[in-house]
Amino acid sequence: MNHLSFPILSTLIFFPLLCAILLMFIRSEGGKNDELLRKIALVASVVEFLISLVLLKYFNDSTPGMQFVEFAPWVRSLSINYFVGLDGISLWLVIMTAFFVPLCVLCSWTYIKEKTKYFLISIFILESAMIGAFVSLDLILFYVFWEVMLIPMFLLIGVWGGERRIYSAVKFFLYTAAGSIFMLVAIIYLYYFSYKTTGAGTFNLLDLYKLNIPITTQLWLCAAFTVAFAIKVPIFPLHTWLPDAHVEAPTAGSVILAAILLKMGTYGFLRFSMPLFPYASHEFIPVIAFLAIAGIIYGALVAWAQPDMKKLVAYSSVSHLGFVMLGLFAFNIEGIEGGIYQMLNHGLNTGALFLLVGMIYERRHTRMMDDFGGLAKVMPVFAIFLMIATLGSVAVPGTNSFVGEIMILVGAFRAYPVCGVFAVSGMVLGAVYMLWMYQKVMFGPVTSEVNRKLPDLNKREIATMLPIAVLVFVMGIFPGMFLHKMDSSVKYFINQYQQKYEMYEAEKSGNPVATHLKGFKIAVDSDAAFHNGVYSRGR
Amino acid sequence: MKFDLVWLIPIFPLAGVLINGLLGRRIEQKNKSLVHWIACGAVGLSFVVTLGLFFKLLGLPADKRLYDFAWFPWISSGVFHVGVGYQIDPLSMFMCMFVTGVGFLIHVYSIGYMWHDEGSYSRYFTYLNLFMFSMITLVLADNFLLMFLGWEGVGLCSYLLISYWFSDLANAVAGKKAFVTNRVGDFFFAVGILLLLVHLGAHGIWSLNFSVVFAHANLLSPHLVTIICLLFFLGCTAKSAQIPLYIWLPDAMAGPTPVSALIHAATMVTAGVYFIARCNVLYSMSPFAMEVVATVGALSALLAASIAVTQNDIKKVLAYSTVSQLGYMFLGLGVGAFAAGLFHVLTHAFFKALLFMGAGCVIHGMGGEQDMRNMGGLRKRMPVTFYTMMIATLAVIGFPGFAGFFSKDGILWETFSGAHGSYILWLIAVLTAAMTAFYMFRLIFMTFFNECRASEEVQKHIHEAPKTMTVPLMVLAALSIFGGYIGVPESLGGSNLVERFLRPVFGLGKDKLLQSAGGPGLIHRAVSETAAHQSFSTEIQLMFLTAMMVLAGIFAAYMLYMKKRSVPETLAANNPSFYRLLLNKWYVDELYEKVFINPLRSISFFLWKGIDVVVIDGMVNSTAAFFMKCGSAWKASQSGYVQRYAVSFLVGVFVLIAYYMYVR
Repeated sequence: MNHLSFPILSTLIFFPLLCAILLMFIRSEGGKNDELLRKIALVASVVEFLISLVLLKYFNDSTPGMQFVEFAPWVRSLSINYFVGLDGISLWLVIMTAFFVPLCVLCSWTYIKEKTKYFLISIFILESAMIGAFVSLDLILFYVFWEVMLIPMFLLIGVWGGERRIYSAVKFFLYTAAGSIFMLVAIIYLYYFSYKTTGAGTFNLLDLYKLNIPITTQLWLCAAFTVAFAIKVPIFPLHTWLPDAHVEAPTAGSVILAAILLKMGTYGFLRFSMPLFPYASHEFIPVIAFLAIAGIIYGALVAWAQPDMKKLVAYSSVSHLGFVMLGLFAFNIEGIEGGIYQMLNHGLNTGALFLLVGMIYERRHTRMMDDFGGLAKVMPVFAIFLMIATLGSVAVPGTNSFVGEIMILVGAFRAYPVCGVFAVSGMVLGAVYMLWMYQKVMFGPVTSEVNRKLPDLNKREIATMLPIAVLVFVMGIFPGMFLHKMDSSVKYFINQYQQKYEMYEAEKSGNPVATHLKGFKIAVDSDAAFHNGVYSRGR
Repeated sequence: MKFDLVWLIPIFPLAGVLINGLLGRRIEQKNKSLVHWIACGAVGLSFVVTLGLFFKLLGLPADKRLYDFAWFPWISSGVFHVGVGYQIDPLSMFMCMFVTGVGFLIHVYSIGYMWHDEGSYSRYFTYLNLFMFSMITLVLADNFLLMFLGWEGVGLCSYLLISYWFSDLANAVAGKKAFVTNRVGDFFFAVGILLLLVHLGAHGIWSLNFSVVFAHANLLSPHLVTIICLLFFLGCTAKSAQIPLYIWLPDAMAGPTPVSALIHAATMVTAGVYFIARCNVLYSMSPFAMEVVATVGALSALLAASIAVTQNDIKKVLAYSTVSQLGYMFLGLGVGAFAAGLFHVLTHAFFKALLFMGAGCVIHGMGGEQDMRNMGGLRKRMPVTFYTMMIATLAVIGFPGFAGFFSKDGILWETFSGAHGSYILWLIAVLTAAMTAFYMFRLIFMTFFNECRASEEVQKHIHEAPKTMTVPLMVLAALSIFGGYIGVPESLGGSNLVERFLRPVFGLGKDKLLQSAGGPGLIHRAVSETAAHQSFSTEIQLMFLTAMMVLAGIFAAYMLYMKKRSVPETLAANNPSFYRLLLNKWYVDELYEKVFINPLRSISFFLWKGIDVVVIDGMVNSTAAFFMKCGSAWKASQSGYVQRYAVSFLVGVFVLIAYYMYVR
């Protein structure tokens, strides 16, 4: 399974942390050493990305389970372990995280002028925490990474943000932390429950998957997890921290927030609440689907009303993540794979949009659309990149989002066609607000004298945008390369879900059908054997 | 030439896009003409390959003319598998032939038209090549989703090219309007595709391949087929500019004229016609959907013609004429005359492209003037343009002997006599034919005859267009005359090659159609064919009648715009409200703005300012404020004064004593 004897996941988690520590020892000399710091950061983040690509080489896409597993006891008395692993669901998210950090360093090259050292340290700590959260298989370990993420992000917004940065940073922090509290309670209850039923309490996710949790308990626990993740996604109407945080955050902060942090929420659903509480998740489908649809349409309409480009992009995220949620809760392969794919696509497209908005903000110190117009003439290269990001965002066929959205829609149409029809309307509205922005900013006569002399993108900025632009098309035309890797994990996920769901359904109706249980038992046994294999290797 | 080489057809323009798109600016600085060599060469090569495949197809027996080239898998997940593949059959080759052929001519024409333009030359040709790629993908695709890629791709290119001169805000707005309107259509289109996929999937057929879908179409309930067909048709009304989504096309004239000729006349706007013809099996299963298609087509033809009568912008007249002619095509499809509808697509591509290119020469020669009221007398100054445009005009109005005559006649005859025809629709179509003759000759008279009304300054510069522009005109003029003779109806002693060529594609649909009209397919067909033979004389009589109507239209135009030129003004002055209604295009734009756009915009502002900021965020902030208040209220208890603690201690003691003494 894991052909690599090298602890690659730990390397991925702790290498950025190591870089952060290294940076601490370099004196900033009042800004004189900033250039050196940036270069070190860039090299280090690129190295991290290259290491993450090693995963691709050794990833075995024919097995559904966890790979590159590492296991070490952490707090023995509470059986908390350092337990990490990666499967087809988290693979691309980890790689995307590592992909975006160098771009964030690049886009902050001249944008961040003060406390550069601390800025870079924050970014690296954030990277550690994000990758950690994506690969954790122990609930406490996950919770630690989940909360650690908040601190550097809080600093990024609060220290290097715009005018209302303190308000936004505090709002972001408290809102997400408040949601996490529910999750913590649920995690502790799960431990207690596993102790009660099996005699040995555990935070091990793979063991907890096997628990048979009573339906009522499931509903409560699932609700607690859902609140935490829903705030992070964010699902309408828990989204109002997002526009504030995005608008005030520096470009790099916005990019990480949109591209990766939001995916924590959707990933959380997929990794934790859906497989742990299959019955409850199924019960929540109507609510989640309704909120997802509401988010798609609401986010799009509100985005259309925004005068501020960054806010427009922020609200568009609400709309796009509505799509992702709809796909995940379709509970079929097309929907879930589409949802995961769309997580990546949203990261790329929205990341690109935030980078581009940041670039003109750096030049003009305004993001109001009314201050611009006719920029396509002044900045032709910028115009091309913005066009590509726009096309990706409105899901024009041939770009990445089209593939994701069509898969989600196929999934949604299979599961609940009416919701699917409403979701398609997001396609029209997406075109409305994105082209609205493009026209206001790029087309028409150059209205202000200041804009006439704006320099076009320099080489560093082109280097930042180029990888994204290429990926938008590659992922749109050859999605197979990406989807193939997640196939078996998602199939396994669906199988497990269906078996468990049927079992609960039988239990609820009072006549436990033997065949169901039998089928489940077999599945559990093979499952256990499989995980034991994982353990032995890990140990 | 092997059929497996079909991928070359789209790949050449795509290579052109990559070369000109990535290196265009550098190439342009070094050698500007290299840009158009690359672009035109790419399309030319596509045309050559298409020709080769076309002749290979002709060499096969009629029932073997179907080849599916599966290239590589595109999206594959769960039960959902879609590949990139191209289908070669008479219909796709028919479309591809004129798309690449006319496309090539317009590329060449663009050289002369855009050479002196200030905008980026390479950007223009990049977009144009991208359009060719998308359009070829659209017509060659072997499944719905890949076709949708081409479908949206042409819409995107249309957007990019309409707003090509983006410094003028009006152009940018027109481009956006085109894209958004098309997206509205695509919404219905996508829902249709998804419904089709899921419902066929329910029967175990998870495929979007045309041949698979059509082979299993009878698994679907008639109800569902009607819904799907109507959804598809709504998508087509956007792309092919029919009621109710035609509003973007007239505005799209803001783009460069070769673009109008290529995208908004000859090729892209006919995509809807192609698509319905492609889905003829589905449509044939739903008589209701067919009726809707026919009715909408006829009404669009009439409405657009009525607007065209009053327009003064030469390109706008042609734009409405396009809407009107597309209406004819849909009428043809709707009454079951698929081949006749497609024949009109072909001839229309020739003469409408020619008309636009001629108009382009006029605009080019007059230094950008588009208002016909400032033209006149150009006949002598621009002879080639005049004669070629004259030929195209005769073709578009269906003057006997010209291309449009044969194709339009096919549609009219089927409308009159076909099983799904209707006399009312036929009457509308004939009336529209007369109006077409009127407004087209109005255009000719206002532009080329009488005295020149342009300013002295402009008059000095009027010149005939360069060779790169006039040669394509002459080629298309020849096609506008002789192109019609491949489809001479049997009543006139012809053999209708077009219908024969396309028969393998429409055979299945036609059978279904006849079945739905009542009676078993083959017998009924035999009966209707004998009936057709008997009615040749009727057909010829109707042709004569239509020709008379056309002549009447020409005569009216001659009287009003040559002889008594004051009459139109007095007519307009005497019926001001009606004239303004037509001039303002029946106020449809304003209606949509009032009913859809403005309310939606108000809603979005309300959602933002009202719901988001006040209600939702208000709740978030007041939650925070509530805890702040609690905190500050409780703060008083932690004042740090020992006296206060002592007092509260004392009070507590008294309360407890009182409790135990009196209550217990």
